[in-house]
This record gives sequence, structure tokens and C-alpha cells, in this order.
Amino acid sequence: MKKTAWIVSSAAVVAAAVAGCAGLPAGGGGNLDAEAQHMLLTGFHAHGIAKMDRITDVDDTVKACNAADIAGKPLDEATAKRIEAENLKTIKWPSDGKYLGDWKEGEKIAQSGRGQTWSDKAGEPAGGNCYNCHQITKQEISFGTIGPSLYNYGKLRGVTDPNSAAAKPIVEYTWGKIWNAKAYNACSNMPRSGHMGNLTEGQIRDIMALLLDPHSPVNQ
Amino acid sequence: MRVIHLLAGLALAGAVAGAWAQKNPAEAGIEEYRAMLADGNPAELTEAKGEDLWKQKRGPKNASLETCDLGKGPGVVKGAFVELPRYFPDTGKVQDLETRLITCMERIQGFNGAEIMKTPWGKGEKVTVDALATYVAGQSRGMAIKVPQDQPMEREYYEVGKRIFFTRGGTHDFACATCHGQDGKRIRMQDLPNLTKNPGDNAGFPAWPAYRVSTGDVWTMQHRLNDCFRQQRFPEPNYGSDALTALSVYLGVNANGAKSTAPALKR
Repeated sequence: MKKTAWIVSSAAVVAAAVAGCAGLPAGGGGNLDAEAQHMLLTGFHAHGIAKMDRITDVDDTVKACNAADIAGKPLDEATAKRIEAENLKTIKWPSDGKYLGDWKEGEKIAQSGRGQTWSDKAGEPAGGNCYNCHQITKQEISFGTIGPSLYNYGKLRGVTDPNSAAAKPIVEYTWGKIWNAKAYNACSNMPRSGHMGNLTEGQIRDIMALLLDPHSPVNQ
Repeated sequence: MRVIHLLAGLALAGAVAGAWAQKNPAEAGIEEYRAMLADGNPAELTEAKGEDLWKQKRGPKNASLETCDLGKGPGVVKGAFVELPRYFPDTGKVQDLETRLITCMERIQGFNGAEIMKTPWGKGEKVTVDALATYVAGQSRGMAIKVPQDQPMEREYYEVGKRIFFTRGGTHDFACATCHGQDGKRIRMQDLPNLTKNPGDNAGFPAWPAYRVSTGDVWTMQHRLNDCFRQQRFPEPNYGSDALTALSVYLGVNANGAKSTAPALKR
């Protein structure tokens, strides 16, 4: 009900804005923004699990980062800090206090790039897409470079016992980063895997083990 | 003659593979495979089929497309590809290669354009559009991309396309720019062209339509963009939508000056 009202009202705003800019020369930012929204709303359709709300129902973080990218200027520091604080509040810490699972399962999840596309089925577990952007183990040579290398992630950070008090800050940060990357970098390219429901708590535990378990190939 | 050509190609592939060997064996293997395939791109078959379809009398009006105006006057094919998308006064719209071909099929041959737009990939007259697009693109091979920005609507579409390019959304917060906004990045082993500027001669806009080795068929730009949005976890773009045309104007103008290699050979 609430969502329908929002879509109707935003469609009306867009229609009014587009009608107002017929034949306008390029340069007027507001009208062009409205026209882009109008083309997105009319130029796409729901397919399988990929519904239109993926375009229409984006949060303030996404809106602010999109606007900054279009303008070609990074967010001002105060806005970035506010967005990071809002995202930090969304992080769900492990319900039983256990941060690390099985690194072997974590490796499988890191390898898989499946999930959430219109050709994926609802209810099937998604992959983490990790290797698409990161180097992780030395053995896997097919890795992307959009994110930094995570090889020796725990070792480089001095984690010898992930359950120790000394390791606690890095263990918590890593959980938070995987759950909601925007809590630490407002417009990070990294998906918010826990927050957006792409990965389960259990899957994140396994990825945590891949990165932080001293026995994981990542830390050899 | 052909044998000499082939031998030269293999020698080249060997030499280049040598240089790549310093990277890693899998990477070098893929590059070598590409170099060998480049000697005979299966897209040439689609190109030849497209040329036949261009000249054949077809459709309810039993007419050929030889009077179709792709922007450089009726029947002018050479050089048309590198100046698309552009504004067409007769439709009052900015059109890309594929939507313009469908306009011609509708107006000259009497096909139902809306029906073709709705036809799935690889079926019916959609196959014809793919072949025609491949033929038309091939006629501009080696020419520099010069997508026009003379008309107000063309400039407007560039600005709108830029906004769509930077629009994150979906379950993963991905935009086109997430993967294609920086130099020298990869997804797994796949090099990603930076599409916010001229991506070079054989990457991005100047390379499509292209034969894709991984799918074993020719993909047009509309098809390429469709699958990008799938991987972006977006809903599906409508074939021929203004959103895709605007995005193509943005990519095309950014690529201005690059040499067209379409129909290229891709992973």
C-alpha cells in the first residue's frame, strides 16, 4: 500500500518533469535526472526474481552515491560519515557470538558467482562472488582485481588465534565489512552481502573462516 | 595463399603466447586461443547472411532493404554503423542500429516492428535483425567511431545515458560503472574496458556485434547490454527501449575516435 503510493507519486513527479523539459538542450541537471528515471521505469520489466523494485526501491545510500558519481564528485566528508554510520547500524552480529565457520565451505561460496539474477531461481543459495573481484587463495589464479587482494588476509593482520581478544577488532571489522561494506566506505563497489540478504549468517561465517582461520589456504 | 596466411597466423600466435607466458599458463592459453581464432571469425558467416537478407525481397511488401536510410541517405551502408545511434527526423527519435533496422523492416518491408521487438533472442525475425546488424557493422570495419552530438536530442540522450550508466541498484548495488568505470580491472580473468572514455579499438562499443566463443553465436549491442543488466541483478531491459539507446549514445560518444572492429571476436 505504502509502496504503491510512493511509485504513483514518483511517477507523477517524473511525468511532470519530463513534460516540462520537452525539447530542452542538454545541461539542466534536474530535468535530465527525471528523464533518466522515466526511461528506467519505462524501459525495464520484471523478469523472474528480478522485480522492478530493484530500480524503484533503492535506499538513501544508493541515491547519494549515484548522484555523486553522476556529478563526478565524491561525497563530502560529512555525508559519507553519516551514510557509513547508518549502514553500521544495520549490521547483524552473529546470533551465537561465533564468527568463524568452515573455510572449506567458505572457499566454495567464494568461488560461486551465482544468485539473484533473473535466470536464478528463488530460494536457491547464492554465491559470494568473491573471486570475481578479489585474489583470495594462491591456488586460484582466475581472480578479479576490482577489490584488493585478500591473500594472507589474516596472517598479514597478525591473526594467530581468531578467538583471542587481540584478534577481536579485526574479526569484527571483517564480519561487518562482509555484512555491509558501506558501513566502512559509503560508496564502496562491494555488495552489502548480509544486509541485502544475498548471503546467510552461516555462509558469512564460512567466508570469515576462509579469510581468518590460520589453517585456511589463504593464510599459508 | 591461404596456407601461408594460416602459417603466419600460427607463428604470430606462438610469438605472442611466448610473451604471455610470463603471466601465467591459463592466461597465456586463453590469449593464444583467441589469437588463433582471430584468423577466422565465425561472425563472417553471419555477415554474409546479413548481406543476402539486406538485398532480398522480403516481408508482406516483398521489398529489399536497399532503400533503407541508416543516417547517411537511402541505401548507404558504408560508414553508417560508426555514426549510430543518431537522431532521425522521420521518426523524431534517436535510434541505434537495431531499432533503425526494425523501422526499415516495418516501413519498407511491412513487418510488424513491435512483434520483432518482443521476439526472443535467436528466434524469428530477431535473427534477421542480428544478421543485418552484423552486415551493416562489417561495412564500417576499420573506420573511426564518430557518434554525432549535433542534434539537441542526441546531446540529451548522452546526458541521460551517463546517468543510467552510473545508476546502482538491485541486490548487489551494481551499476555499469562498478565494473566499467576504471582502467585495467578484471572480473576473474576477463579484462574490463573502461567505458567512461575511449576503451580502445577492440573493446566495448566499437566491437559489437561480436561472435562470442562462450555462447557460440553472434550477439548484437542490445544483446550484450541485456546480459550486462542480468549480471548487474537488474530487472530486464526492454529490447529497443530508450534507456538502452541512451546508454548506447553515452558509450558510443565516449568511444569516438576508436577504430571499429565489429563484428569482433569475443570470449
